[in-house]
Amino acid sequence: MKKTPNQKAWFMVLPVLLLVAFSAIIPLMTVVNYSVQDTFGNNEFFWVGLEWFEEILHSERIHDALGRQALFTLIILSIEIPLGIFVALHMPKKNGLWSSLCLVLVALPLLIPWNVVGTIWQIFGRIDIGLLGYTLDKMGFDYNYTQDSFAAWATIIIMDVWHWTSLVVLLSYAGLKSIPDAYYQAAKIDQASRWSIFRYIELPKMKGVLLIAVLLRFMDSFMIYTEPFVVTGGGPGNATTFLSIDLVKMAIGQFDLGPAAAFSLIYFLVILLISWVFYTIMVHSDKEAG
Amino acid sequence: MKFNKSALVMILYILFLMLPIYWLINMSLKTNQEILSTFSLWPNQLTLDNYMVIFTDPSWYGGYINSITYVIMNTVISLSVALPAAYAFSRYTFMGDKHLFFWLLTNRMAPPAVFALPFFQLYSSVGLFDTHIAVALAHTLFNVPLAVWILEGFMRGVPKEIDETAYIDGYGFFTFFRKIFMPLIASGIGVAAFFCFMFSWVELLLSRTLTSVDAKSIAATMTRTASASGLDWGVLAAAGVLTIIPGALVIYFVRNHIAKGFALGRV
Repeated sequence: MKKTPNQKAWFMVLPVLLLVAFSAIIPLMTVVNYSVQDTFGNNEFFWVGLEWFEEILHSERIHDALGRQALFTLIILSIEIPLGIFVALHMPKKNGLWSSLCLVLVALPLLIPWNVVGTIWQIFGRIDIGLLGYTLDKMGFDYNYTQDSFAAWATIIIMDVWHWTSLVVLLSYAGLKSIPDAYYQAAKIDQASRWSIFRYIELPKMKGVLLIAVLLRFMDSFMIYTEPFVVTGGGPGNATTFLSIDLVKMAIGQFDLGPAAAFSLIYFLVILLISWVFYTIMVHSDKEAG
Repeated sequence: MKFNKSALVMILYILFLMLPIYWLINMSLKTNQEILSTFSLWPNQLTLDNYMVIFTDPSWYGGYINSITYVIMNTVISLSVALPAAYAFSRYTFMGDKHLFFWLLTNRMAPPAVFALPFFQLYSSVGLFDTHIAVALAHTLFNVPLAVWILEGFMRGVPKEIDETAYIDGYGFFTFFRKIFMPLIASGIGVAAFFCFMFSWVELLLSRTLTSVDAKSIAATMTRTASASGLDWGVLAAAGVLTIIPGALVIYFVRNHIAKGFALGRV
């Protein structure tokens, strides 16, 4: 659609601008302020320049957390995206009771408060009272997510797959539903195989929504806090301490305001940079599609 | 044959999704003694005591009331500022519009962990700490950009000729917006409201940081109880089950638009 130039449209955007400025810019400025100062208490601050940034960039602890975070995000993206597409291809296409039921049940995990997701899996994975833990234990696996870091990782990854694959399913399903029947009929006349229908009709049509899915899953998994906090509390040791958990520990637990602020800014910039790349690709593919 | 295979995949996937939830419900209907002493797939002595604890103790049911209060406040605030903005983005070009749009989105990308401490200080200094409105405002940080994004997607689908015809027929902007435009994008507004509700409802970190007693959210109540008084598994499970119910109800109402909504109106 062609848009009309109209500078007065700014007045319509103004409320959003003021509100978001209040809840984003003021706090962000506080963070910037802390990141270049040190304090001995009593509200006396002095300028330290970029010292905290250097400390954070060279900190072993942050590197480890970043490594774990990147690995986690990579693993869950490579499970959730293909699995989500696969399930979406099998969603019922005709409207009816069965398809409504599928939609509601598939969407349900997304609406559960994140700490409850944590609680659910905390209970489900325990070897004394949880179905999963109990079964694995009885089958002879050495499974205990509070002590074994491999088990802790496995639990958190399965939890995230359980929690968020539905998002990918729903997005892909929306993409699939927008494909007109004529495309499939044409493919049938050409005697296209199931694979080439997927590769040349369904996948290109889903490209837009899949990009949104990857973008959302990337952002949210990179900021994950609540679920691992409830299930493992970042342990055993530091095995599941992801970036947000580390940050909250540093800022609110130890009250190291300077390093925490510098850490925050770097963290935010990393997310911003990668998201910007996705966003640019998305806008371009939007334009190509017209 | 093909239908059967699809149905099988769906049944397996849904089974995978429902099993942990079933287990939570199972726990919530058992006594603590039974939870810890015997392992069974269903409650042997069915009890509603855990739910009674929640419905009679103000520190528990108060949590639900507080959560619902700030979630509704947040939804109303987010939608009322996002509607005109989304209209502007979908209809007009103006100086800096693309940058502004991306800047709004960056707030959706901001880790709440980054904002927890500054929010705490900001709202304490203006005397809003431990009020519903503080949490509602804090949640606008990620809900307003999302609402703008979703609504813009839906509004783009409405042809501009409709606006022009309405103006020719003598409608003023506000009458046009209320009487003609809003009904046209009603499903978009519903979906945006659903998302504001959802993200405000599921969030823990900010709501826990910004409240202590008077406006304490149910999520905060659950995590604090878990750490304070040992673990009362039955009550914790019951509280969890009760937090799922509002979500399930909301999904049911928007089920036909949900897929398009998750695609942010961009299909």
